[in-house]
Amino acid sequence: MNVTQRIMTIAVVALGTMLTRFLPFLVFPAGKTTPRYVQYIGRVLPGAVFSLLVVYCLKNVSLLAAPHGLPEAIAIAVVAALHLWKRQMLLSIAGGTVCYMLLVQLVW
Amino acid sequence: MTTLKLRALKAAFPHTIPIMAGFLFLGMTYGIYMSSLGFSFVYPLGMALIIYAGSMEFVTANLLIGAFNPLQAFLMTLMINARHLFYGLAMLEKYNIPGLKRLYLIFGMSDETFSVNCSAEPPAEVDGSWFMFFVTLLNQSYWVLGAALGGLFGMLLKFNTQGLDFVMTAMFVVIFLENWLKEKNHTSALAGLGISVVCLALFGAEGFIIPAMGGILLALTLLRPRLEKGGEAA
Repeated sequence: MNVTQRIMTIAVVALGTMLTRFLPFLVFPAGKTTPRYVQYIGRVLPGAVFSLLVVYCLKNVSLLAAPHGLPEAIAIAVVAALHLWKRQMLLSIAGGTVCYMLLVQLVW
Repeated sequence: MTTLKLRALKAAFPHTIPIMAGFLFLGMTYGIYMSSLGFSFVYPLGMALIIYAGSMEFVTANLLIGAFNPLQAFLMTLMINARHLFYGLAMLEKYNIPGLKRLYLIFGMSDETFSVNCSAEPPAEVDGSWFMFFVTLLNQSYWVLGAALGGLFGMLLKFNTQGLDFVMTAMFVVIFLENWLKEKNHTSALAGLGISVVCLALFGAEGFIIPAMGGILLALTLLRPRLEKGGEAA
């Protein structure tokens, strides 16, 4: 990507973000009720999107080539264990990332 | 600053202290991450100012090093930020205030700002709209400051950043877990996982996002009778 394409990409993302924030205020003036389908999608979509994002992060991990996704699997286990134990978002993120960095820099 | 605004700022600040810690840390990590990808600190600074949606900024960093695909960037933004629609719906009444403040309140409604403005009750002598304005402004300032500092820090300090990109994975794993622990019914999370993995296998790393999004919306629409009958889905 050249600089112009980068700026365009950032602008598109900014525009999309603003659209998601402003749309409800444009479509549903205060006091009107929202369609049931929209309410339903709003309730159930986040769960599926978080799954998609985790898969997106791991999209370039190859299970066939060494190290077969092992550093990712170990680091995700560390994130999950830390999070279930302490439930401190920053601690889980920092702990898992440091663990992954040590694994890819020193072990593999 | 008039006493009205000063009083609102003083009332707002304590509500933002936990967010300050989180945003400075994550913002700095984001800035260092962008610098590890070869970007000047101007990028995280500018993106923190005009996009101001944390997880989407990490994803954008990734998009910027790939092939130019504005349609995919736009659709990903809509899917990842779709939750804002529902914050908006929840704040229709509260943000129904006159003036330009309203535009900034809506623009700056991140997850954290929403949660404070939705739940916090300012004391009676404090103006509610200025209170919400300062919560929004302070929170964005923390994020912008963190991102800029991280970008600068990453440019000046040359340490081995190999593997730092995992911070994005770790963040989404934590968000996924938080959601998993909160929800009563895991159908949506599992459907999202299954559809994404299948689409990744079918379409490959570069092309799976849009089919996966389509599949997820279709699956959730088809599952609606089941999920709505079961009461609270998420």
